[in-house]
Amino acid sequence: MSILSKLGETLVCLKAGRVTLPYPAEAKPLPEKFRGRPIFDATKCIGCAGCANNCPAREILVYDVCQEIRILKYLGRHCAYCGRCADVCPEKAITMSQEFENGTNQIGDIQQRLELFMSTCQRCGRCFKEPSVLEQLKMKGYRFDDLENERWIFRSQATLKGEPAVDDLKIELD
Amino acid sequence: MLKNLCQKMFGRSLWVYHANSGGCNGCDIEVLNALTPYYDVERFGIKLVGSPRHADVMLCQGPAMRSTAQALKRAYDAMPAPKLVFAIGSCACGGGLWFDSYSVIGPVEKIIPVSYYIPGCPPRPEAIIYGVAVALGLVDKKTAPVAFKELELPIPQYHPGDLRGEGELVVYEKAEKV
Ligand code: SF4
Ligand code: SF4
Ligand code: SF4
Repeated sequence: MSILSKLGETLVCLKAGRVTLPYPAEAKPLPEKFRGRPIFDATKCIGCAGCANNCPAREILVYDVCQEIRILKYLGRHCAYCGRCADVCPEKAITMSQEFENGTNQIGDIQQRLELFMSTCQRCGRCFKEPSVLEQLKMKGYRFDDLENERWIFRSQATLKGEPAVDDLKIELD
Repeated sequence: MLKNLCQKMFGRSLWVYHANSGGCNGCDIEVLNALTPYYDVERFGIKLVGSPRHADVMLCQGPAMRSTAQALKRAYDAMPAPKLVFAIGSCACGGGLWFDSYSVIGPVEKIIPVSYYIPGCPPRPEAIIYGVAVALGLVDKKTAPVAFKELELPIPQYHPGDLRGEGELVVYEKAEKV
């Protein structure tokens, strides 16, 4: 009896066929709307920090090291891959890629860091990225510059040389 | 070095212990999915065990919470050496979305040393298998830090410190026309 039931079981198993995916050999195609790691495009980003404001995980840090340079840092540690940064970006500089195989032995491997050159508005003193819709603001009087010689002045003394790669854990603890 | 150690010590099979210290259960489901016939990691000798004392690898999900950190530490201490810890999911890697809430201590590496990270919320079962394969030295990791740097500023730099002269005539040292 028991042998018969075992045989029956075998039959059922054979009928079911094979479900195991041959993953490491060949990957299953990803669904179309799959959201993997966000990838930042430095040539499109205008440094508006909208992504940093909208990120629920506060994963994107934006800070100005000096008047003209803005650093945008994506840490990738607690990113939820929600895509809100890509949604809100006015320049579509963030794409949710299809990369998901991000296993690594160093958490710093998934971070991205953009160093953006910002022009300075002479009226308000804030920075803005130069090739953008704000290009028109490059009229004289809106920048700190050497009007006589038609040259721009780099106001700050700060340089980026020797700045260590900022440890993300330290930032998180701040 | 870690890779060599892994290959030597865990050459035949990995027994994994699955510890959730406060995640939302999303990662647990993905880990269990990796163990189902669909992904069938037992092909590679990876087996789920119920006690940390039998395990080579601890799969951590969820951040270290105030209430579970001690238990997590005890489970880690109970594992026989050599041991590996995998942080699976954004919670374990970085504390998750609520990394700064009062009950969350932070990433599990604040409590126990983590050897491999698999980010994702939750990571796909493929991503978990890939991370394990990276640890075993079967594949190379695909990620590398990306940094974009404006090496040449689009404007000539004139530091106010280079200003020479007084009154009407003020010129820059090292001046160059655009
Ligand atoms: S995908 Fe979501 S969590 Fe990740 S950086 Fe963008 S907004 Fe933040
Ligand atoms: S990535 Fe997009 S949203 Fe973020 S700072 Fe750049 S332009 Fe703004
Ligand atoms: S990483 Fe995401 S899916 Fe995993 S436990 Fe945390 S919140 Fe849940």
